[in-house]
Amino acid sequence: MKSNIFLESKKRCKIFRKRILELSQKVSALHVGGSFSCTEVMDLIFNIISTNAERNLFVLSKGHASILQYTILEYLNVINKKDLENYCKKDGFLGVHPDIGNPGINASTGSLGHGLGMVAGIAIAEKKTKNNIYSVLSDGELQEGSTWEAIMLIPALKLNNVIIFIDNNNLQSLEKTSESHPNLYPIEKKFESFGWQSFKCDGHNTEKLYKLVKNKKKDKPLAIIAESIKGYPVSFMMHEPIWHYKSPDKIEYKKAISEIDSL
Amino acid sequence: MRNTFAETLYKCAIKNKDIYVVAADISPAGSMEIFRKKYPNRFINVGVAEQVMIGVSAGLAMRKKRPFAYTIATFALYRPFEMIRDDLCYQNLPVTIVGMGGGTIYSTLGGTHLTQEDISIARSIPNMNIIAPCDPNELREAVNYLAFKSTGPTYLRIGKSGEKNFTDEKTEKWEFGKIRKVAEGKDICILTFGPIIKIAFQLREHLRKNGNKLAIFSFHTLKPINYGQLKKIMKDFSKIVVIEDHSEIGGLSSIIKSYASENKYKGKIQNFSLKDKFFHKYGSQDDLLELHGISFNQIAKNKIFN
Repeated sequence: MKSNIFLESKKRCKIFRKRILELSQKVSALHVGGSFSCTEVMDLIFNIISTNAERNLFVLSKGHASILQYTILEYLNVINKKDLENYCKKDGFLGVHPDIGNPGINASTGSLGHGLGMVAGIAIAEKKTKNNIYSVLSDGELQEGSTWEAIMLIPALKLNNVIIFIDNNNLQSLEKTSESHPNLYPIEKKFESFGWQSFKCDGHNTEKLYKLVKNKKKDKPLAIIAESIKGYPVSFMMHEPIWHYKSPDKIEYKKAISEIDSL
Repeated sequence: MRNTFAETLYKCAIKNKDIYVVAADISPAGSMEIFRKKYPNRFINVGVAEQVMIGVSAGLAMRKKRPFAYTIATFALYRPFEMIRDDLCYQNLPVTIVGMGGGTIYSTLGGTHLTQEDISIARSIPNMNIIAPCDPNELREAVNYLAFKSTGPTYLRIGKSGEKNFTDEKTEKWEFGKIRKVAEGKDICILTFGPIIKIAFQLREHLRKNGNKLAIFSFHTLKPINYGQLKKIMKDFSKIVVIEDHSEIGGLSSIIKSYASENKYKGKIQNFSLKDKFFHKYGSQDDLLELHGISFNQIAKNKIFN
């Protein structure tokens, strides 16, 4: 029975990735690579572990993956097909970064290093409820001082209702995170020393990610370092910085679709 | 003023359970300590971490709370500027950023602690409101408004300690967004905001000897501006004097001069504002203001009063 949940997740992730590629043929302002790296994490949050109330507390701190959140919200019938197809267009309301007030979007992000502070505030307000606050951050965001202000504060305030995922795809706009900031590692040890429960995990394995969330300690916030691949699973996109922004041309599009289908 | 702020906020917090204080390591003197003891869950000390002070305030407001982010003005507004812009103003959340000791108040602490350009910076962000009360009584009115009624982000610039009251129950009623007449007069009026209003009253007293009566307005709401009222002031007075503990760039004098220019005001305007300069000097607040040409003696000599 359990394994079915994860088979379903695998199918949905294919749908989301293909939908993003489909949209990439209509508009160029897409962050394909960084959306593909956290597809399993986002599916886990939206379709497996969170309640309706918790979905309304979610903050996408790495706002540039909003196209992925939109496709998931479309799948959940929170936003409609027409609105998604008006993405980044004059008559549309969905842009490259999430904007508060849009259906299913709880926070305006885009500038990195803002999400976790807001998560802390939401978590204080939700302390008396049973809700968990989920958030997805990029590994690049760990270079922002403001992120560390929040990492230090959350356990100090005993905000044990916070569960975050670091999309550790090791690739930023300019170069590999591990090359520009070699002392960031091991990330999970840093979180642990700041008072979090923290684990490293395959970011494309929904089942393993799920188990970590289920085994969360009650007396600590949880940070999962999701080891992911930017552009996953498309062979020519993986590990290539250009796919942070680039949209595939027609030939690349067909190749990418067939690679996803053959998984 | 900080005691009045804490005392008033504490009283409001008894009635409104959504009020939170998010402080960045500022000593909770006087009534703030009472707030902290009585409502430990609603007094959040984030430490010396102003960016997360704003982030936390935004998150609380997203969940229908009414937070007051509280620290010394420079650190409250400048350090977390982008959080204020994106998290509070872009999302249009009812958070009050309390800038304590605005202007030249921290005169012995050096330029790192002076807030010469805060109004200018705050004004330029869409959705931001700005309130700078002239005395503890006005501050009390402002805090009551912010604790129950305000709808978007507000920068509240307050003094520190020892400010006298210039307004009382006989003064025109305080209202958000209103230019408040605090002293009657004709021909010449002074437009000012914050505790520096004391110089306006000194001038009024001085000129009274010659039979002149100076009108004084507390321009406590610097955004949004009540342009209808400003228009009437320009109609009623042929001379306008602006006194402000703020840079000549982007503050009250800029507001008045640009409006006067657009509306072809025929009268005279003279402003006394902080110069666009870092002095690297210390002393009393009056000593610093004198370097900027803002003292009773310097202002009284100006020919606009002839």
